[in-house]
Amino acid sequence: MPHKPQNKEIIVNSPNIAATFEIDFTRYLDPAGKLLKELPAEAKDPATLKSLYRGLVRARAFDTKAVALQRTGRLGTYGSSIGQEAVAVGAASAMLADDVLVPSFREHGGQLWRGATPVELFLYWGGDERGNSFAKAPHDFPNCVPVGSHALHAAGVALAIKLRKEPRAVVCIFGDGATSKGDVYEAMNLAGVWKLPVVFLVSNNQWAISVPRSAQSAAQTLAQKAIAVGIPGEQVDGNDVIAVRTVVGVALQRVRKDQGPCVIEAITYRLGDHTTSDDASRYRKDTEVTPHWQEEPIKRLQQYLTTAGSWTKADEDKLLKEINEEIEAAAAAFLATAPQEPSVMFDYTYAQLPADLAAQKQAVLSSLSANLSQAAE
Amino acid sequence: MSETTMVQAVSLALARAMTEDERVIVLGEDVGVDGGVFRATDGLFTRFGADRVRDTPLSEMGIGGISIGLAAGGFKPVAEIQFSGFIFPLIDQINNHASRFRNRTRGRLQCPMVVRAPCGGGIHAPEHHSESPEAMFANIPGLRVIVPSSPRRAYGLLLAAIRGSDPVVFLEPTKLYRGAREEMLDDGKDLPVDRCFVLREGRDVTLVAWGAMVPEALKTAAEWEAKGVSAEVIDVATLKPLDAETIINSVKKTGRCVIVHEAPLTGGFGGEIAARVAEGAFSSLLAPIERVTGYDTIMPLLKLENVYLPNAARIGKAVDRAMAYA
Ligand SMILES: Cc1ncc(C[n+]2csc(CCOP(=O)(O)OP(=O)(O)O)c2C)c(N)n1
Ligand SMILES: [Mg+2]
Repeated sequence: MPHKPQNKEIIVNSPNIAATFEIDFTRYLDPAGKLLKELPAEAKDPATLKSLYRGLVRARAFDTKAVALQRTGRLGTYGSSIGQEAVAVGAASAMLADDVLVPSFREHGGQLWRGATPVELFLYWGGDERGNSFAKAPHDFPNCVPVGSHALHAAGVALAIKLRKEPRAVVCIFGDGATSKGDVYEAMNLAGVWKLPVVFLVSNNQWAISVPRSAQSAAQTLAQKAIAVGIPGEQVDGNDVIAVRTVVGVALQRVRKDQGPCVIEAITYRLGDHTTSDDASRYRKDTEVTPHWQEEPIKRLQQYLTTAGSWTKADEDKLLKEINEEIEAAAAAFLATAPQEPSVMFDYTYAQLPADLAAQKQAVLSSLSANLSQAAE
Repeated sequence: MSETTMVQAVSLALARAMTEDERVIVLGEDVGVDGGVFRATDGLFTRFGADRVRDTPLSEMGIGGISIGLAAGGFKPVAEIQFSGFIFPLIDQINNHASRFRNRTRGRLQCPMVVRAPCGGGIHAPEHHSESPEAMFANIPGLRVIVPSSPRRAYGLLLAAIRGSDPVVFLEPTKLYRGAREEMLDDGKDLPVDRCFVLREGRDVTLVAWGAMVPEALKTAAEWEAKGVSAEVIDVATLKPLDAETIINSVKKTGRCVIVHEAPLTGGFGGEIAARVAEGAFSSLLAPIERVTGYDTIMPLLKLENVYLPNAARIGKAVDRAMAYA
């Protein structure tokens, strides 16, 4: 048997082969919610699974409300995570409060799990910077809209943690499209060379707007990009929240022991449009999408819990009611939030407002008060 | 004749250029089957096929860099950068390569490529989608920087940009994609890419603008006409190389100059124009040159977008100050 080191490169005793590798794929629940192998110890407690289920349902309720608010003109462009909630929720559930989540822009479920409030998230997507306050998740980075550019930030904050010898970890999430970017590769490479405490989690939802996964990379898997930088890479069923939580959890344990970073490719599917500005029917057929509804994460876990006798119709009704109330209340609070003072756009530009900018701020203030008094006349 | 929007005018110019020259290749994210997120490349994929209308992997650096090789290798790439905030990685490729190829090889190789990107605010877009990076590009020697302000000028300037032999950054104001419409002909006629356009003649003040600020300047001019102020409006259109002469001659006539742009004040291209006016029309100036611009702040998210963006009212106040100066 060839020795099988952690990074999945198999050292072969052959003069003609320099290296070879394999990529693991982990799944506990099949699409119908049937258990395929014994649950890991951390997932045996039904309470854990119920809280994961709650996280998924909450993410979907948030997405549903956000899209509705956008449709009625009260939110800006919004990218729903429908169908791929298990990636961010599973990862967040494996993290500790002190860890750092460095998200892209479709990780609402994970952000909510970690303590960002639905009001904050509505504010951000409604075009109000206060939405990035994250009072209850103070280490987490804000959304990153320039695709993939945050992967290096994740490596940087991981270096900060490592230099201070803290037992903390960073989880950076980005899409399949992002893996085509140089900065993502640079981040993985740096993290590998410096053995940084970061987990790169690819949320492979098969699409980057209209560009399918197959047109993004000729590589068989995105996980194997890890191999090129000398760190472990593996796949996980991204619609199986138990699998995501477990695989990310194991990776975080390694990271905390200073055993180095890794890449995890979560296989999922974008059931909705790219964002509210997108019309996916222009580039993909319903017949491609429909079968994926049979694999989505919420139904899957619900089936399992129900079959295992841990979940009843009454539980479901109670949960839905509770979550809908929470999200509706958050939407109302968001809509009732007093607008920011327009001049606030100056205040955070520098640590101290420079005189030059103070003059511009003053000009805005006086023109606004002039407009007000004009309106009053 | 029906009206054409600016985004349709861009499509028409692209289709015309692809028809007349087989070397023209369109590439970018989602430019193929999807027709571009703003639909600027709508229909091109069906018409010209996957070889010439290429969806790229998600990589702006890649789009910029591959266009350089393609151009030096004898093609005429027209690259689309999906939103303004994602054009910045191209500064590396354009500054270090595209704009220098001809000079470095003393004319042996050149980069006839066009990078199209949306620019500017006003459509309540997400973060990083409303930037105005024109001055950063205008600081690069060897590059042409063009910002159209109407369907006809978008059509004519884009055709000229593609037909030319220089690298071009062509910034299309998102607010005008559907906000600007007019009757126009798909007649294949291009417009000069080294000339400003005097859109309206006037005696008292020269308003200098580009992109989405041109309609605002025209609005101010029309409103102030009623107040007895006659404003000349100049659409700079091609920022680099700059047709300073047209602007200077106008200010020599009016004696007053108000420059308008969305980008932040400091280091904005208005500073360059002000300097040229000061150099060329100093003795004609009756009032200090005014600039109406975005503030030196981060472009705010959509709730405060309209506080940031200059508009006809702010331009009007600058006109009043210039007129009142004694
Ligand atoms: C650098 C950059 N280029 C382009 C865009 C526009 N854009 C937003 S999302 C997206 C596709 C992203 O695909 P992927 O990484 O797979 O993430 P997903 O949207 O599928 O979650 C694009 C092209 C962007 N935000 N940033
Ligand atoms: Mg994707």
